[in-house]
Amino acid sequence: MLNVTDLHAAYGQSEILHGLHLNVAPGEIVAIMGRNGMGKTTLMKTLMGIVPATAGTVRVGEAAIGGLKPHQRVANGVAYVPQGRMIFSAMTVQENVETGLTVTGKKEVPGDIYELFPVLLEMKGRRGGNLSGGQQQQLAIARALASDPKVLLLDEPTEGIQPSIIREMARTLRRIRDQRGLSIVVSEQVLSFALDVADRVMVIENGRFVHDSPRDGIDEAKVSKFLSV
Amino acid sequence: MFADYSMGELTAIFAMQGFAGLILFSIFVLMALGLAIIFGQMGVINMAHGEFLILGAYVTYITSHVFQDVMPGLFSIYFFVAMILAFIASGALGMFVEWALIRHLYKRPLDTLLATWGLSLILQQAYRSIFGAREVGVTIPDWMMGSVYLTDMIEVPINGLFVMGLTVIIFAAVGALMFRSTWGRSMRAVVQNRTMAEGVGIDSEKIDRLTFGLGCGIAGVAGSAFTMIGSTGPTAGQQYIVDTFLVVVFGGAGSLLGLVASAFSISQAQSILEFFLSGSMAKVLTLLAVVGILMLRPQGLFTLKLRK
Repeated sequence: MLNVTDLHAAYGQSEILHGLHLNVAPGEIVAIMGRNGMGKTTLMKTLMGIVPATAGTVRVGEAAIGGLKPHQRVANGVAYVPQGRMIFSAMTVQENVETGLTVTGKKEVPGDIYELFPVLLEMKGRRGGNLSGGQQQQLAIARALASDPKVLLLDEPTEGIQPSIIREMARTLRRIRDQRGLSIVVSEQVLSFALDVADRVMVIENGRFVHDSPRDGIDEAKVSKFLSV
Repeated sequence: MFADYSMGELTAIFAMQGFAGLILFSIFVLMALGLAIIFGQMGVINMAHGEFLILGAYVTYITSHVFQDVMPGLFSIYFFVAMILAFIASGALGMFVEWALIRHLYKRPLDTLLATWGLSLILQQAYRSIFGAREVGVTIPDWMMGSVYLTDMIEVPINGLFVMGLTVIIFAAVGALMFRSTWGRSMRAVVQNRTMAEGVGIDSEKIDRLTFGLGCGIAGVAGSAFTMIGSTGPTAGQQYIVDTFLVVVFGGAGSLLGLVASAFSISQAQSILEFFLSGSMAKVLTLLAVVGILMLRPQGLFTLKLRK
């Protein structure tokens, strides 16, 4: 569903991503693991078009989205939950979710989104900025789902969130995948969460993938060695 | 200073100056609305805002002459046509300016200040070359002339009432647009976080252009209303730009309610003080009060408190 070949990206003169290849099948959940500064967030931003790629191609299904602007990529079926959640804090919960509807042309938030996150329905009149961190994370995922994506990108969704909610989130993400059949790419530092949620785990180091293994039969010790500081 | 007047006279003075203040308030609100959208929402300091206002005034002037010469029978309603044309003219110019100039400067506020200052000089000279340096006035249709007598001593001008009504309608329309429409939601999203707004599928460049155009268009309508109160010259916009910024900053950038509260207090203070003191003294006192309050509340009167 998502097909990335030889992706390079740079900030000015310093290249961060040195030719990444990534294939995500429809309905597959891939976790991209790596320590800080290894290029996880840059990869996400490059896939979204927020950081321009210097070389390489990105495809969603049949559509090449490499040169497009972020909002055009959303229209092509990519949705993005950024690091730090980035919800619109002065807008209500409902308005936040509605911003995701822009590319679909719908007026009403589909009911199944609130079914996934009942807490958002309870709080739909509150301002996003007054929610707790975990609720904001749910809001950011709901907002991304509102654009009816084929590929969902999540950048470190567990950052700053309490452990019980992290486990809940892994379940929710798998449920979303099962219901909607979309592909999910999630960048992560927490191995237990990645093993909970993913079908396949990849490790990125210094802008290159150095390990790629299906969830079943994964060498946990080896992956955690990559993650240790 | 009150000793020379009887009680009845004082009441009448306060009522009439209060009403004059209300008219000034309406003009402030109309002018500041456009700026509240452009400065308060987009963070662009548009020094040429006054010139967009004057463009609306000149469009009204031209429309009134066209109606006088071509279809004098419809002259009594020319003003409504003029307002729509003023909105379109100022809005279109605003969108063009955004495309040609402003969009390249969103990340450089100081350069925006200079660029729009230059734009304001260009526009002033353009008006001078096209319409002449002399101030022009429009003929107000008969039904807008005269005043309503509430008591023997208290009278209120009809054109003032008209401007106030107009302000209420436009304010309500802008409020509905910002908080009830899809465009308004997208605009607020872009304002809060441009990158993320793009990331959820909003075409931020299109929203920017429409927002800037709308702000300028409202300035045009304000200019149109302005012709009923004063005459229009190439540099008339300059006199109002400071007051307008004052209203927006005092109210708290981005808050429509704050804008109303600040426009109301500034215009009332100014209008009532003007009667008893000289005009410049009134201005000094208002400014001092505003500065004092802003020192206590740097974010303006109305602000949102939120987790970041």
